[in-house]
Amino acid sequence: MNLNNSVFDAKRGHRLRTKIEGRVVYLFVGICAFITLVVTFAIIWNLVQQSIGFFTQVSIIEFFTEKRWSPILIPKSFGIAPLVAGTFLVTVISSFVAVPIGLAVAIFSAEYAPDTVRKILRPILEVLAGIPTVVYGYFALTFVTPLLKIIFPEMIIFNALSAGLVMGIMIIPFVSSLTEDALIAVPNSLRQASYALGATRFETSIKVVVPAALSGIVAAFVLGLSRAIGETMLVTIAAGATPKLTFNPIESIQTMTAYIVQLALGEAANGSIEYQSIYAVAILLFVMTFSMNTLGHWIVKRWRNVY
Amino acid sequence: MSIDFKLNQNNLSRRKFIGIIFLAFCLLGVLVAMMGLISLLIQVILQGYEWVTPNLIFNYPSRHPEQAGLWAALIGTLYMMGLTALITVPTGVGAAIYLEEYAPKNWITSFIEINTSNLAGVPSIVYGLLGLSIFVYFLKLERSILAGSLTMSLLILPVLILASREAIKAVPRAHREAAFALGGDKWQVVKMAVLPNAFPGILTGVILALSRAIGEAAPMVAITALVYITFIPVTPMDRFTVMPIQIFNWISRPQDDFRGLAAGGIIVLLILLLSMNSVAVILRNKFQKRSEE
Repeated sequence: MNLNNSVFDAKRGHRLRTKIEGRVVYLFVGICAFITLVVTFAIIWNLVQQSIGFFTQVSIIEFFTEKRWSPILIPKSFGIAPLVAGTFLVTVISSFVAVPIGLAVAIFSAEYAPDTVRKILRPILEVLAGIPTVVYGYFALTFVTPLLKIIFPEMIIFNALSAGLVMGIMIIPFVSSLTEDALIAVPNSLRQASYALGATRFETSIKVVVPAALSGIVAAFVLGLSRAIGETMLVTIAAGATPKLTFNPIESIQTMTAYIVQLALGEAANGSIEYQSIYAVAILLFVMTFSMNTLGHWIVKRWRNVY
Repeated sequence: MSIDFKLNQNNLSRRKFIGIIFLAFCLLGVLVAMMGLISLLIQVILQGYEWVTPNLIFNYPSRHPEQAGLWAALIGTLYMMGLTALITVPTGVGAAIYLEEYAPKNWITSFIEINTSNLAGVPSIVYGLLGLSIFVYFLKLERSILAGSLTMSLLILPVLILASREAIKAVPRAHREAAFALGGDKWQVVKMAVLPNAFPGILTGVILALSRAIGEAAPMVAITALVYITFIPVTPMDRFTVMPIQIFNWISRPQDDFRGLAAGGIIVLLILLLSMNSVAVILRNKFQKRSEE
């Protein structure tokens, strides 16, 4: 009887322990998931709170309409246009490289390449994607720029063209892997139907598979461009530090991200208007990339429902 | 009739010809991407190989390029990776477990999911500014290695959550059902049936997330600011520097010797990254083979 009781007690104790353990784990993992929300709100709160000081001194209208960005040199001027133009210039150049090549690599890999070739191609692209951006900066500055100087002798060492081209190479794997996912998700029955109608492989790829995957491909481009806008070290190293409202790719410019790094490197005292200005630039950067990412993910989600 | 047939034949060969041109264009694209990678590696190796010496690895930074080294940055990187892993792995895997196994299907869950993907796309410099405000100034951690690791943890958290979710998702339902049938409760099922199966996938995700963190310089510029560190960090409250920052510092100097030194540093950094990535690839292949059996 005693023995039975103790066994019963032990069992009950074990059950209780399991139950408590389950509850504790549930609480822990729930909090972990909740942290991601906290991080988002912390980012937004931090950017807004820090840039309020800036926007009380510089009106939002001035921020968006003034054409000169000169936060340190007097006369000071806080017009974001040159930094946005610099970012825009580098991003557009990079998309000229990344969009066609990313698409070509993805179509080749998804529609043409035999498994063995795909198995070689994938790790190569992964290595390309894993190289730190500092390294790409070094490559742009010491290899691509001297090469471009042969074509444009009057080019400045730090320029948008070199940074943009290398940025394009950098985001090829990003664009191509997302595009490939979209292409692979197209059901095989569509391809078979196309072949049955007598279409060649090229016609099937371009007229059937690509249109069917179009929203996924667009999403890949949007997400790739958003990454280019947010990229920092490459443009800091290779594109220069002269905020200039120009669309001439062989001039030295400054992107929004490069400006933030320049100031964060310690040129501004905490609390000064120059220091606060990095948050004003960052909030615009955040809004731009966040809305592009949301758009990209929204497109992906919508398109997934089709099949 | 025969003319019509001939026309068709011609048309077909024309169509096939267009197809071949298109394939050539695609191959050209692949070639350009590969050439980019190859020329980058060749450039770095040619410029940097003679700078990869014991000095480079074991010396502190110096004004004289031939005596300058990565030691403080190397130790700083490894130290920070360790702390970052300690912080991110439980949090990231926990969040992934919640989202895959526990979360009810409602708008909060789908909001968290969308939010995680969005966080993964926030520019890294924005994380740097967040870390600067919250960890460095608000929590008064100063520009310490702890502040750096916390910032880096926030940066790679969404990456790790996404990877771990994929790994957990890949565990077949049958495993869970079998464990439930044996009388396990939710956590016992997750602990004994799901996690052991998802482990290699999660580990791969951890390694890839950490290797992203190793190369990340932008947020660390905001956190460390100063780059001239001539000591190795001992406590988590010590100041520090990391390899990409030291390399960035060398690149920004005008002298050619420092450019060479930077290339040498890049070689060391790439070797570290490649060895981490190959461990991830080996793990993944092993995992794939096992699940096929």
